[in-house]
Amino acid sequence: MSVKEENIPENEGRRDFLKQGTLFTALALTPVSLLKAADQKADEKFAELFEKVSLRIKVNGKAHELFVEPRVTLLDLLREQLALTGTKKGCDHGQCGACTVHIDGTRVNSCLQLAVMNEGKEITTIEGLANEDVLHPMQAAFIKHDGFQCGYCTPGQIMSAVACVREGHAGSKGEIREYMSGNICRCGAYPNIVDAIEEVHKSGVQV
Amino acid sequence: MINFTYVRTTTAKAAVGLLAKEKNAKFIAGGTNLVDLMKRGVTAPDRLIDINAVPLKQIELVGNMMHIGALATNTAVAEHELVKLHFPLLSLALQAGASQQLRNAATVGGNMMQRTRCGYFYDTTMPCNKRAPGTGCGAITGYNRMHAIFGGSEQCIAVHPSDMCIALVALDSTVVLSGPKGERKLKFIDFHKLAGTTPDKDNNLLPGEMIIRVEIPTNKLAAHSYYVKVRDRASYAFALVSVAAGLELQGNKIVDVKLAMGGVAHKPWRLLEAETFLKGKMATEANFKSAAQIAMKNAKAYKENAFKLKMAPNTLIEALNLAKSKA
Ligand SMILES: Cc1cc2nc3c(=O)[nH]c(=O)nc-3n(C[C@H](O)[C@H](O)[C@H](O)COP(=O)(O)OP(=O)(O)OC[C@H]3O[C@@H](n4cnc5c(N)ncnc54)[C@H](O)[C@@H]3O)c2cc1C
Ligand code: FES
Ligand code: FES
Repeated sequence: MSVKEENIPENEGRRDFLKQGTLFTALALTPVSLLKAADQKADEKFAELFEKVSLRIKVNGKAHELFVEPRVTLLDLLREQLALTGTKKGCDHGQCGACTVHIDGTRVNSCLQLAVMNEGKEITTIEGLANEDVLHPMQAAFIKHDGFQCGYCTPGQIMSAVACVREGHAGSKGEIREYMSGNICRCGAYPNIVDAIEEVHKSGVQV
Repeated sequence: MINFTYVRTTTAKAAVGLLAKEKNAKFIAGGTNLVDLMKRGVTAPDRLIDINAVPLKQIELVGNMMHIGALATNTAVAEHELVKLHFPLLSLALQAGASQQLRNAATVGGNMMQRTRCGYFYDTTMPCNKRAPGTGCGAITGYNRMHAIFGGSEQCIAVHPSDMCIALVALDSTVVLSGPKGERKLKFIDFHKLAGTTPDKDNNLLPGEMIIRVEIPTNKLAAHSYYVKVRDRASYAFALVSVAAGLELQGNKIVDVKLAMGGVAHKPWRLLEAETFLKGKMATEANFKSAAQIAMKNAKAYKENAFKLKMAPNTLIEALNLAKSKA
């Protein structure tokens, strides 16, 4: 549930968090019988305080004030809470790259990031790459070179590819392969992906 | 993933204080190993202390020591001009590990603390003395293709999976730690430990301690350093065997040499005897071969990893040749 929906003023999250610590101790010391006797609604409120942490995060330029469980990954936050399903869950263990997004401009696997680790950060996902109706040059190049078959790995490939060019790691086919090795494609579109990236790099276009 | 409480901290002192407060608390840095293990139920901390805002990202030369903060990312270290100039071995080893996305998140401290990739450790339905002491070792009589050939114990033959640590142990690094009793230094070679009878412990970090930084003394090996990693695919795979080699040559004479091997032991495996043999000798194929033989003394293979008995010396010779020929 977002903070906005609940109408919780700024900074409340931090205070809730502090309270959380004391409540935890208090609850741990409270006999079970007393807890059971406690008002059902209050219990639910307590449970929520334990579980959720405030998070301010910008995704594709849009600011969000959220309340999330610490165990929610950035990937699940994007897909389940923000309905940005462009970012894919392949392995969920850092082994495939389908979940690649940019955090403050740097590519990372969103499946191994806890969402709460991204307080104040700016996230860019595949949905944030195009300029309104105009495709990003890397998206256009993937279409031109047929850089996909089923398309499942593609959002991760494209986010990774954009970073690869920005980092200056797209100097040769060999370098592209090495620096794109964190993105697996079960359909084996690799040669076309490498061609797409090489073309974007060589064109010198701003990515 | 079992839920936990989460707290962010901005100083090392506060981080250490918070860790001491709760028995089952853990630091989280890049999260690339810890989150994975938590998802699989291999570990289930009650509380995570996010240390990412602690100012420990420095990469700088202090006198003749390179200081690298525990929170410097693997990418930041690998691509740092000073590291590439003075310690290309470290840069190469880091770049041989994981993927660029993972290295962007992974930190130096987290890399040192990463757990083994042994399948029995990861599979909570299997016996594993490292994950659940006393349950036995599935690997010794089971699937042990990735496992140790040096320093294994009757309780555990897992290997330490890091590439970075192989370079750091070769480079005579030191680790600076902070704990409830203040700061202390540990030689990098003494940071990780053999499995022995306590395979659940990977290293000699004391309860409540935090890694603050790594220090590397400058050396004259930069011109002749190489990291060779042999793996099942060309990139983005853990080492079957890896070798970090650094030579200081005068003409063809070996003035100094540092060697370490990865993928072969419970800790980054320094090859001190082979180094002693090579020092003062000529950098010839024959001497490299003899050094490799010395390095392989006491190696012991299991059912599936006997290939490492050949692969390890060959990789060592290859690394020495490449280090030598590197202009
Ligand atoms: C698919 C995949 C492939 C990989 N391939 C390779 C490879 O080829 N070679 C390689 O070397 N590695 C590889 N890795 C592992 C990667 O290098 C590690 O996951 C990473 O270095 C861990 O760093 P982190 O900052 O993310 O640690 P985290 O996951 O945040 O933490 C790991 C552990 O370190 C502890 N910790 C973190 N910082 C400190 C500190 N300052 N003091 C004390 N304790 C601390 C944490 O409490 C935790 O227990 C791979 C990982 C994945 C997922
Ligand atoms: S889903 Fe994150 S790397 Fe596969
Ligand atoms: S296009 Fe199908 S997995 Fe890459």
